[in-house]
Formats: sequence, structure tokens, C-alpha cells
Amino acid sequence: MKKAGIIMIIGSLLLLGLFKFPLWSIMLGAPQYPDPLGMNIFIDGIEGASEFDIQNIDGLNHYIGMKTIPKPEEMWEFSTFPMVIGSMVFLGVIIGFLGFLGKINHWWFIGWFLSMSVLGILGMYDFNLWLIEYGTDLDPNAIMKMTHPDGTPMTYKPPLFGHQKMLNFDVDSWPHTGAYFMFIGMMLTLAAFFIGKREWNSKAIVKKSTQ
Amino acid sequence: MKRILSNIAMLALLAGFISSCNNSESNKNGNRGALASSAAEKVYVAPGEHDEYYAFISGGFSGQLSVYGLPSGRLFKVIPVFSQDPEKAWGYNEETKPMLNTSHGFVPWDDAHHPDISQTSGELDGRWVFINGNNTPRIAKIDLTTFETTEIIEVPNSAGNHSSSFVTENTEYVVAGTRFSVPVPQRDMPISEYKGNFEGALSFISVDPEDGGMDIKFQLLMPGFDYDLSHPGRGKSHGWFFFTTYNTEEANSLLEVNASQNDKDFIAAVNWKAIEEYVNNGGGKKMPARYAHNVYNDETHTATSTMKEEVLVVRPEEVPGAVYFLPTPKSPHGCDVDPSGEYIVGNGKLSADLTVHSFTKMLDAIENEKFDGEAYGIPILNFEDVLAGTVSQPGLGPLHTEFDGEGNAYTTFFISSEVVKWKLGSWEVVDRQPCYYSVGHLMIPGGNSRKPFGDYVVAMNKITKDRYLPTGPEVTQSAQLYDISGDKMELLLDFPTIGEPHYAAGIAADIVKKNSRKIFKLDENKHEYATLSPADARVERDGNEVHIYMSMIRSHFTPDNIEGIKVGDKVYFHVTNHEQDYDVPHGISMIGANTSELLIMPGQTETFVWEPKQVGVWPFYCTDFCSALHQEMQGYVRVSPADSDIELSWSLGE
Repeated sequence: MKKAGIIMIIGSLLLLGLFKFPLWSIMLGAPQYPDPLGMNIFIDGIEGASEFDIQNIDGLNHYIGMKTIPKPEEMWEFSTFPMVIGSMVFLGVIIGFLGFLGKINHWWFIGWFLSMSVLGILGMYDFNLWLIEYGTDLDPNAIMKMTHPDGTPMTYKPPLFGHQKMLNFDVDSWPHTGAYFMFIGMMLTLAAFFIGKREWNSKAIVKKSTQ
Repeated sequence: MKRILSNIAMLALLAGFISSCNNSESNKNGNRGALASSAAEKVYVAPGEHDEYYAFISGGFSGQLSVYGLPSGRLFKVIPVFSQDPEKAWGYNEETKPMLNTSHGFVPWDDAHHPDISQTSGELDGRWVFINGNNTPRIAKIDLTTFETTEIIEVPNSAGNHSSSFVTENTEYVVAGTRFSVPVPQRDMPISEYKGNFEGALSFISVDPEDGGMDIKFQLLMPGFDYDLSHPGRGKSHGWFFFTTYNTEEANSLLEVNASQNDKDFIAAVNWKAIEEYVNNGGGKKMPARYAHNVYNDETHTATSTMKEEVLVVRPEEVPGAVYFLPTPKSPHGCDVDPSGEYIVGNGKLSADLTVHSFTKMLDAIENEKFDGEAYGIPILNFEDVLAGTVSQPGLGPLHTEFDGEGNAYTTFFISSEVVKWKLGSWEVVDRQPCYYSVGHLMIPGGNSRKPFGDYVVAMNKITKDRYLPTGPEVTQSAQLYDISGDKMELLLDFPTIGEPHYAAGIAADIVKKNSRKIFKLDENKHEYATLSPADARVERDGNEVHIYMSMIRSHFTPDNIEGIKVGDKVYFHVTNHEQDYDVPHGISMIGANTSELLIMPGQTETFVWEPKQVGVWPFYCTDFCSALHQEMQGYVRVSPADSDIELSWSLGE
């Protein structure tokens, strides 16, 4: 399982891209903002796409009573996510290495992949919960209290994925470079499973035939 | 996949179409078939699109510098330079008042004349624009990252600072020549003793290559003529500077007659490199002179004015071989050097002909001492031996010439009100177009450099009469844009200007626009009275001086309720704009303040003074429509009687 082990190691290491690149980005464009404001969401915090974007988004959001964008210390996720990702990278490398040595079989690879998938889905679920809270928990003394045509109060949850029109803003929410690193890395670990499966089985056949 | 392919095919088709459009654009000149685009299309810049060129057009007697786009002729900004501008608080707020300080005290106005853009290796680098104040001699520098005036230096021993402010090809110097000769140093003497006693100072102001800081390196004290215009040598003639003179008769009265008697006046050729070497080796004489040097700092957002006490002067006889006179017919105005540096055009404004001197011939005449006498010890070169050619009878009243970089020159004729295109070398006139009316200077973007952008010429007219809707006795002056990319010039556009569009400098927008700043960073704000956090907003009293440290952000002031001010106090509003977003300035004005509003850019601090004279509760408000809640951006100051014992207090949202 030499080849599969190496692919597993590379795939896991690609997750380290999340420490360097944003996982997600939400861009806000409007007629007055030909260069859209944007926030890049990293696993350990949120930064503006340009230097003063966070301040400017907060400045706009205060009109409709949204809370300011959280600082890293204001959300447990920003300290937990790096630990989870770091641990998964560590585990993935260990599994890959042991696979490389032939100590463990390919099922460990798919095990890692499934765990990572579950964690990823949980992460997305948590992210969406935050978006909902951020977009709906509004200051009752907000300067502008907008309502839908049917009279219900307007909320401002950005889309989890894709484009949405919110008041004068076009909001685009898409995965960023870090997410692509993670996606490619996870695909590699899945590939490692299938390749490992072939390598393991052929090794088993060789073993059998030599007995 | 099929769809992608067809999309690609579509794109290729489009690209072909666009490039063929471009072809027809570049062919527009030769054949004007039915498909040739109209003048309107050539100047149409669609909404949201940018112009190709910046044109910095002098405001003349407005004292300011206007920024237009070409080819659209749209006005973007009026940069306050020498005149107070209440719109921008220029010369009204505490920070910029020092910019208008002079040895004569605060001078709130001047007559701005000739803008010129900084150069590196003879090409425009778009870092700064220099412009001269003619009346109280000054040179200003405008920074093209902020489009604000950041330095003004007064020029001593000078009067009517007219043959200014032209830069050498690496912006080593910005040069300022005096129009009026005066006693140097100034003294009480009979005017009638002008001749032989007055002197004309030509000032070489060095420009720091890093920060653009200006300093008078030396003044060349010339005979008492009038020095009208000047231009630097370039390429082969780099190191020389050329000045036109008139009134070589040295008349002190009724100059229109008495200064028009000599058949020829002079172009003075000055080898500044030789004089620079002389002063670098300790040459020249320091003389007492008072002149102000005013510098604005983008981090303190504050100007300082320093009074200088002496200047280094050099007289031509101290540096033999550094100054020569080139005889030039009839009171020449413009003195223009072609992009190669070979031809020096003298626009003899009372002559029917244009005189062109050759730099090569000039050097030869100097070497072989082909002199035709001397004036005040300065050799006069023999006219025939320096003459490159004459453009014969091109028009009446030639004023100024610029070049397209393709061997053509364009000269304005004030009296016959036209622009005439002629060829360098063959001196033949190839085209002429009328101006409406009485054109002064003209400008080709990059025209004073080795590499003009030869697409357009802008002619600047003194008189418009019937050209626009009438506005009473005073009507606008104007600029006219001609397409010069073809054999024939074509008038495209006619647009009004501010003040008098005395002269202009143009540059490709791409060189400048990428450097234009969007905001000032709040954390780089080093203003003495800045309020960097709303938590630091406060009011302090020092005797009857009260300092309000105020911050502003959409859409409130911190603080916005202030009590404890008394009649007779001198109240300083130090207001810091906390926005860090592009194009979100805030303004502030106080009822009854004997000054202008403030208009504060993001990250900037400005100060105005209010001396309340009446008891009451007086409002202030934001004057720039900043946001949806702009109308809510307001506050109150309670003013109590002078003997009241109400303590200072301030608040927001309580």
C-alpha cells in the first residue's frame, strides 16, 4: 500500500491550507460599492477582504441592528476548529504512514474520510446556525426596521451557499481557497481508499499464491 | 461542451469586431468617409467609463487648479492652491491657514498660471504638479496621490512670477522667473532710475527626488528686462534653460509703446548645470531675503510655515559661459523646446513670423564666438548664426507652441485667434483651425516632455462672447479640444473653464489614477488634536480657550451635546472623521462661526474656531450628505453667560 499511503498523507496535509487560506467568503456589492465589501472566513477568525471591510460592514449593519462581526475570542469555534483540523491532519498522516508500511488496511482510510465528512457537515451546520443568528437576532432599537410586504420583520441571514439579494446589496457566499484545498485533500484520501483497496487485495493474492 | 465551444466562437467573433472598430478609429484621420465617427462620438465617454487623460487646467485669476478629463471635458475637482476655498476650508481651517502665509503676511489669493507635471528621464511621471502664483511670487506643489497642495514656497527678489513653473527633465529643478524686474534687494528709490538699476531674478528651486521638498538652490540675477516665459532643454539640450524677454528697452512706463521699440528682444539661454556646479563649489553670495516656506503633512494633516532669511544669488558675470542671449524678434512670449531638444521656438507676439533657434547652432556660435555685441556683459549671439528657420507669415500674434512628438508643432495666435500646425525642419504651415476666441496657451498632454501623447490639443481661450448662454457682463472663458491624430486638426469640443484657463498640463490617466489615495488611515493620523477613539472624545478648557476633541462617523458626532461654554470663549472644534471607507467625507459647520465649514476626509482631522457671542443653545450639523441619516447628524452647544459657573460637560446618546 505504498502508493495509497503516500496519497493519504498528501491528502491529509492539504488540509493545512485551511490555516493559510480562507474557508469561505461572503461578498457584499451594491451600487455604492462597486468594489464589493467582503469578509473572508478562516477557521480561526474573520478578516475583511480589504483592510477596512469589517469596520465598514459593521458600520452598515448597525443601521439594521445587526451585531458586529465576531472577533476570534467571541466564538468558541475559532479556537476549536483549528484544533480539530490539526488533529485530523495528524491522524491522517499517521494512518497514511501506517498504511504505507502495510500495518493497517484501506478501511482506516475511508474511516478517516467519513469522520472528516461528518465533522465538515457539522461545521457547515454550525456555520449556518451562526448565519441565522447573525441575520435574525436584531437590535430592537435598530435605526431601520424593515418589513416584508406581508408585514413580517425582515431578516438578513446571508446565504450559506450562492447569491442572494438583500436590500440594496448583492450577497455572494462561496467557498474560498482553503475549502478547495480541503476538498481536493479529502478527494485524495477517498482515492487512497480505492487505490489502497487494490494494493491490499493484490498483496493478499500474492501472499496466498506464495503460500 | 458544444455550448462552451460556441461561446468561445462568439467571443472570438466579438474580439474581431472590437479590434476592427479600433482599426477604423486609428484610421479616422486620413479618409473621412461616411463611416468616419462624428466629433460627438470621439468625446463621448459613456457613463461610468473613465477619460483617457487628466488635464490640469490653471484657474488663472481664481488662484486654483482645475482637474478635467479628456476627451470629455468633464470637470472633476477644483484643487485649492493660492486662494481660500470655503468649500474645502482651504485657508480657513487652522491646519491650512499657514499654507497661504507669505513674507507679506496671509495672502488669500493669487493668480495661478502655468502648471507643469514632474518628469523622470524627460517623461511625465505623474507624481506632482507644480504651479506658479504670479502676483505674490510663489510656487506650489500639488501631490497627485491626494490631489492636494502640499507645499508652497515664496520666491524672493521676484515680482510677477510669470516665467514659471517649468521642470527640468528629471525634476531636478522647478524654475521660476520674474516678469517684473525690481530693485534687488528692495529699497526706496525713484522709479525713473529703473534702467541699469533694477534686476530680474531667475530662481532655480531644487526638488527632492524622494519627497518633492522644494528649496531655492540659487537665484540668477539678470539684467532688468521682463522675463516672460521659459522652458527647459531636454535630450541634447538638457542642462540648459531658455527664457523669453521683453522690455529689453528697460522702460518703466507706458510699456505698450516703450517696450515695443526694439526690433529684437532676447531669449536668454542659461546653462544651469554650469551654475549648479559653481554654487556646489561654494560660488554665489548669500543675501538676506525673507520668504515663506509652507509645507503640509499628510500624517499630521497640518501645515507649517517657516520664514526663511537668506537666499543664494549669482550674477551672470561670475560664471562666464553660462548665459547667452539669442536675438528674437518682437517681444516673444512663449519659449518652447521641441521633444528632441534641438529647436527653441520664440513666439514673437508682435511679429508676423515665428523664429526657431537651433541648439546645435547655438553651441557652435558659442564655441566660435559668433557674437553680435553684449548686454550687461552677457554675449549676444549672432541672430543668423543661431537661426534654424522661420515660419513665415503663419498668423498674427504667436503666443505659444507645443509639439506632438511626430515632427509637428502647434502654435496659438492670439490676434488672428487660431491654432496653426506646422512642420519642424521644413517650417511649412500644414493646417490651421479657428479658436473662439483669442486663444492664449495651448496644451498637448505631455507637450513639455520628450514624449508627448500626440492625440489631442487643448486651446485655451480668453474670450467667448456668444459661444455659450449669456450670463450677464461676465461670461466664461473656455477650452477647446482638437483631435490632432490626423493630418488635419478637427475641433471636437468646446467647454467652459474656471477663472482664466491660463495654461494646462495633461497626462495619460493610467499613469496617475492608480496612485490616487482613497482614504487616510486613522492609525497613521498624527494630528496634535486628533481623537483616535470615540472614548477619547472630550472637551477641555484652558482659560477662555476651549478645545473640543470630537469624532464623527455615520451618522453622529461624539460628543453631540456640550454644555459649559461661555460667551467670550474661543472654541476650537478639532474634528476627526473615523470613516475608513472610500468617498465618505463628513462636513461640520456651527451657526454663527465666522469661518467656513470643514470638509473632512476619512481618517483626517481638521479644526475650526468659533467665538460664541450670544447666550443660547446653538446647533451644529454635518454639511456633506454622508448617509441615509445625514439629516440626523447634528448636535447642540449650550452657551452660558460669561460669568456663569456651569461646568464643562459633554455626552452622546444620554
